Amino acid sequence: MKINNVILQAVTKIAVFIILTLAVYLFLSGHNSPGGGFIGGLVLATAFVLLFIVFDIETVQKAIPFDFKRVAALGAFLAVGTGFGSLLFGEPFLSQSFGYFDLPIFGKTELATVTIFEAGVALVVVGVVVTIILSISEDV
Amino acid sequence: MLTVNIAIIIPFLAAIFIPFINKKYPNIHIGWFALFVPATLFVTLARYIPTIAGGKTYVYTINWIPSYGINFTTYLDGLSMIFALLITGIGSLVVIYSIYYLSSKESLSHFYVYLLLFMGAMLGVVFSDNIMVLYVFWELTSISSFLLIAFWYHRKKSRQGAKKSLLITISGGFGMLIGFIMLSGIADTLSIREIVLTIGDNTDHPLFLPAMLLILLGAFTKSAQFPFHIWLPDAMEAPTPVSAYLHSATMVKAGIYLVARFTPVFGGEQTWFWLVSGVGLLTLFWGSFNAIRQTDLKALLAYSTVSQLGMIMSMFGMGSAALHFGYSTESVVYTQATFAALFHLINHSTFKGALFMVVGIVDHEVGTRDLRRLGGLITIMPATFTIALIGSFSMAGLPPFNGFLSKEMFFTAALNISQLDIFALDTWGTLLPVIAWIGSVFTFVYSMIIVFQTFFGPYQKEKLDLPAHGASRGMLVSPIILAVFVVGIFFFPNLVGKYLINPAMTTIFPRLAVEGDLGQTITIWHGFQPELYMTIGVIAVGTFLYIFRNYWKGIYSLFPEKWTFNELYYFSLTQLEDGSAAVTKSYMTGFLRDYLLYIYLFFIVAIGGILFYTGAFSFDLTGDEPVTMFEWSIIIVMIIAGITILFAKSRLTAVLLNGVLGYSIAVLFVIFRAPDLALTQIIVETVTTVLFLVCYYYMPEWKKENKPTRTKRINLIISIAVGIVFVLVALSVQSGKLFESISGYFENAYELAGGKNIVNAILGDFRAFDTMLEVVVLLIAGIGVYTLIKLKAGKEDENIEDQ
Repeated sequence: MKINNVILQAVTKIAVFIILTLAVYLFLSGHNSPGGGFIGGLVLATAFVLLFIVFDIETVQKAIPFDFKRVAALGAFLAVGTGFGSLLFGEPFLSQSFGYFDLPIFGKTELATVTIFEAGVALVVVGVVVTIILSISEDV
Repeated sequence: MLTVNIAIIIPFLAAIFIPFINKKYPNIHIGWFALFVPATLFVTLARYIPTIAGGKTYVYTINWIPSYGINFTTYLDGLSMIFALLITGIGSLVVIYSIYYLSSKESLSHFYVYLLLFMGAMLGVVFSDNIMVLYVFWELTSISSFLLIAFWYHRKKSRQGAKKSLLITISGGFGMLIGFIMLSGIADTLSIREIVLTIGDNTDHPLFLPAMLLILLGAFTKSAQFPFHIWLPDAMEAPTPVSAYLHSATMVKAGIYLVARFTPVFGGEQTWFWLVSGVGLLTLFWGSFNAIRQTDLKALLAYSTVSQLGMIMSMFGMGSAALHFGYSTESVVYTQATFAALFHLINHSTFKGALFMVVGIVDHEVGTRDLRRLGGLITIMPATFTIALIGSFSMAGLPPFNGFLSKEMFFTAALNISQLDIFALDTWGTLLPVIAWIGSVFTFVYSMIIVFQTFFGPYQKEKLDLPAHGASRGMLVSPIILAVFVVGIFFFPNLVGKYLINPAMTTIFPRLAVEGDLGQTITIWHGFQPELYMTIGVIAVGTFLYIFRNYWKGIYSLFPEKWTFNELYYFSLTQLEDGSAAVTKSYMTGFLRDYLLYIYLFFIVAIGGILFYTGAFSFDLTGDEPVTMFEWSIIIVMIIAGITILFAKSRLTAVLLNGVLGYSIAVLFVIFRAPDLALTQIIVETVTTVLFLVCYYYMPEWKKENKPTRTKRINLIISIAVGIVFVLVALSVQSGKLFESISGYFENAYELAGGKNIVNAILGDFRAFDTMLEVVVLLIAGIGVYTLIKLKAGKEDENIEDQ
């Protein structure tokens, strides 16, 4: 796929950062407001997909040298791994925990183990979506 | 004790790290790292031998799914101790042996990952107190065995053997699972210890017998008992260290472990007694009889393992008769069979492990295991010969090796049991010692074949692939250690008896052990008793049969090739494959349209039919909100888009119109104040549209189909029916209150999970199990798409499956 759409490329260069920021925001805000691992991961995936559409695959892969299959595997490992994590503390499989901490800049912040689990979900979503779209589009 | 739980987990953890370590230190043989695991575990566990022998047991529970009573509970007692020591001890020796056996060109990290996976699973089987957890580990051993048998997966025979073992052991395991579920229903607990305590009141439960039979099915398939033994000879396609470890010393003994573990539950029943000892004796006979005609040394050993497993199994069956009586001096005599079984279990692991390693050495140095080509190796491999001699003579039941002791005890037990007058033993009892004796004669014959055909006779250099030379020292270490045990146990049998077997006896006969000592003293010489005459008879007749074996080998041709269980297995396998292929082909037409039709028909019949049948289609429109102008306008847009798709001229238009539908739904979600759903809908819609466009290239031409009017009418009816059912379901969802709403629980999300977003609290916390599995399914789907597209064979590629 070689296209040279200058306007689209120029807009994308900025828009991708907005989308990425949105993805991170959605991911982190999921605990208390709409968002979460699945949506965050999907938005992240759309950012990558946009890049792949606007620039060609080789260029993007040079800039983002991730093997998205591994990203997905890492995500599944995280999600399942957090389940075992709770076993270490004598709690049933997949028990989540949360607590409130005073952090230097953020003030009183809630930290929850569910974030790690959700990060796993997000990584799997990104990895799988990008893998599927890439492998279909590369198969010519 | 947490140590035991960790002992199970450590091999799994190590398996994760093996590939990374292998990559980091490519110059060091990865086996040395793997060796560290079983060796450490062996030492750790061995430290508990004295306390276990003192009658202490250790229980430790880690909660897993407490709401279903499924917990990771480990139980360390005498019985699990024996098995755990075998798993880790033989495991260490096998790892040492494999370091020298496998060349560094093999994919070693795979090998050790599978091996450690197996080790952890096997430890899990013997330590688990919870039957569901036990089942999980049980199937894991089957899977790791599958992977190990198919280690040289480019060979067709390896793949076939792996498939066969997997199919047989897994189907047995599945029966066992059903048996476990029945048993847990009877005893109302999943803990084996609690089942043992309460089962006495439930023996007349209607499910008691089916549960027993199904659990025995699991045990018999796993331990290769007749007629399920056919998988074990084919499993010999695995590398020899694997055969020595899984298919003689440990995994095949899982079934025996299960029988031993459930003896306090089912023992004392007539069915149990006759099934376990009968099948065991039959296996002993059939295995040893067939071993003699094998020409491949490893196949011979496989059949010999089958027969030895049968022997151990039958002893457990005989010993269970003791549970029929209460405690008395008499019943203690009958427990002797179980004692002998445990003793022979240990002995078999030592001598059979050594023999497998010897065969591996011969194969490795000479390049063949075919008995017709081997011979005269005694001068070339003196050390290997000595080990083979020790192992075989022990297996044949000759002094001064440990096999002699347990074989004598086997005869004693069989003679004692045949004197009983319960379970119709007064009519059939005499058969037990007779079959035992015949089986032992054949055992003697094939043990002689191993020694004399391989190491004596003419050395046929021209028939061998490689010039024979002595074994490398590294390969000899493990078999020598095992051979030392073979001899050592003969001279100090009571050390084993006191520290390992007696505590296990307490586990198997808990009610008897409370009332008195079940300990036995093993004596090497107990005078001129019938068992000694039986041994002398075995040697005499066995020698005779060995010398004149060429004259009576014609017997084997009496069994036609077509009527073996192997043939039955392949026949049913091909029948099943053909049948399922025919069924699948009949509805898998390759047209997406047909598949949609199935889905819609299923939806109409299953959902619509059931709701109609149960009278759930009742709704009341009066309480509903009025539809506002916004909603009207969006719905009209959707209706227009939906109808336009039908008349679209190009696929691109249809895709975009489909997108309109999706985004409109998202807008509806916004209006109904469901931002989560709206967000998800928008993004999913975006990604699917992209996917559509990516696939665009591959789609066939978009054209109007010319189907007969009849088909079109049917399609029309189906689509309208789907619409109607869907609307009705949507309308009646509010009306049917089958049970109390559980939403009140989720409303406390902030206190329970610390999150204000209830949806995400449900996804990530309350029902995280679902989410976790969905994530894994998503990953599997992704890998599936990737492999289907990327790894498909090109048109010119040869089919690598058919090598």
